[in-house]
Amino acid sequence: MYLGQWLYFPDKNLQILLDLIKDSSLLCFNMSLYSFGTKPISCHAWNKDHTQLAISTNDHTVQIYQKDGNEWKKIHELAEHNGNITGIDWAPNSNRIVTCAVDRNAYVWSLKDGVWKPTLVLLRINRAATCVKWSPLENKFAVGSGAQSISVCYFEEENDWWLSKHIKKSIKSTILSLDWHPNNVLLAAGSCDFQCRVYSAYVKEIEDKPSSTPWGTKMPFGEILFEKGESGGWVHGVCFSPSGDCLAWVSHSSTVCVADAAKEKQVTQLKIEFLPFLSILYVSEDNLIAAGHDCSLCHFQYVDVDNLQFVSKLGMAKGSLKGNQSAMQHFRNLDKKATTDADDTGLETLHQNSISQLRIFHGEKSNGAKFSSIGLDGALVIWDFEVPK
Amino acid sequence: MAKNTVSSARFRKVDVDEYDENKFVDEEEGGENQLGPDENEVDSCIRQGNMLAALQAALKNPPINTKNQALKDRAENLVLKVLTSYKSSDIDKAIQSLDKNGVDLLMMYIYRGFEKPSENSSAIFLQWHEKALAVAGVGSIVRVLTARKTV
Repeated sequence: MYLGQWLYFPDKNLQILLDLIKDSSLLCFNMSLYSFGTKPISCHAWNKDHTQLAISTNDHTVQIYQKDGNEWKKIHELAEHNGNITGIDWAPNSNRIVTCAVDRNAYVWSLKDGVWKPTLVLLRINRAATCVKWSPLENKFAVGSGAQSISVCYFEEENDWWLSKHIKKSIKSTILSLDWHPNNVLLAAGSCDFQCRVYSAYVKEIEDKPSSTPWGTKMPFGEILFEKGESGGWVHGVCFSPSGDCLAWVSHSSTVCVADAAKEKQVTQLKIEFLPFLSILYVSEDNLIAAGHDCSLCHFQYVDVDNLQFVSKLGMAKGSLKGNQSAMQHFRNLDKKATTDADDTGLETLHQNSISQLRIFHGEKSNGAKFSSIGLDGALVIWDFEVPK
Repeated sequence: MAKNTVSSARFRKVDVDEYDENKFVDEEEGGENQLGPDENEVDSCIRQGNMLAALQAALKNPPINTKNQALKDRAENLVLKVLTSYKSSDIDKAIQSLDKNGVDLLMMYIYRGFEKPSENSSAIFLQWHEKALAVAGVGSIVRVLTARKTV
């Protein structure tokens, strides 16, 4: 089957299953590609048993799809925001969805009698919200915004609403990405002021004092425990390692950095030769996957300080797949484009446009062998990656 | 509302960003110690015909953090001198001898050279650009574009 064939059926969901064996590193992995139309997918989130998917295709609504065999059926539409949705996160255990948008609002959605009901969150920001993440214990969530602040929101039982506290220290520009440390207190933030920081988001109203970690011992709310950046390069994606001892981030200056808290927070930087990455994900304690404007996934390994290596690119389609054109295809090409040449404008990678987000699909960060990627080409790809020991 | 603003358009020349209290200012890092490459060292290497050493010397002490424009111009001219005295066949070897940071720095100088073309310099810079790109990839160009302090 010709890889680009799904482009002819923009409304159907075609599944393409490819088995590729990588020669040099002997990794076997499957990939499944689902197309959700031609509009870019800006953000996505999975439910606990990964049978349902919440996505936003660059508009004011969130659509929830249910897996039905090899297809996706739309079962819900969450329409409450007045601006483009910029972030969705689905809390697996409490089954709540939080969404944030450029209309400076965030809503927490709960499923009641089969319908998703929104609750407004008072973010108190005067610029767009850019990203949102539930904390590991799901008792609070953090929203990054263009108002040079992070709103850490928690539920107040007395008045039955979501309150927010602001982290503003040192932030001089828009927050682009957030990730929580497994201890439910520390929060990593990547920002447009070229810095990656670790803050304490300890909310004394709802939790006990946290014990010390390699990142620091004193953790009052809003305290900066780590700050690093070079001039030039917005920090697009941040990710804590499964243990929380390492923090990886990718920036617009085509670099991947890892800070090792256990080794006095030393930072290892790797300059890469591809276009900048937009998202980075830990799939085990030492293995990282990054993806972005290069439209492909890159696998990195962090062994120790100054030992961050690029391993390989994933998901490059073999050239031979394009070779077999049926007679029908010939005629189609002739009819549509007045040429019988194979479509050379398609990229060799699975995604035909930048990949905007990576998420763990099955399992957790410590054994994230399955993860998903969404792109500006409207496609969702689920990767089944065998993590090397 | 109906006032003629074409003649008294002084307000259009006001730079509003200067009055913005949230304006982002880059951190000022001390650039006093950066002197730029040593002209004598580079010249002697070229005279001896040791082109590899000349390139290394020209890429030493890049004036990245200084505000001294004269210093930056001097460094740029020096690098241009070295790059032009290279034979086309030796360019590949020269780039192999540089480490990752060196190639990024070379790319920065190449783009600076593009900004002020003189008779033959563009062709030479384009040659160097092609070779450096083959080694360092588009990432090096991205780093030149995103760097807030360049040579």
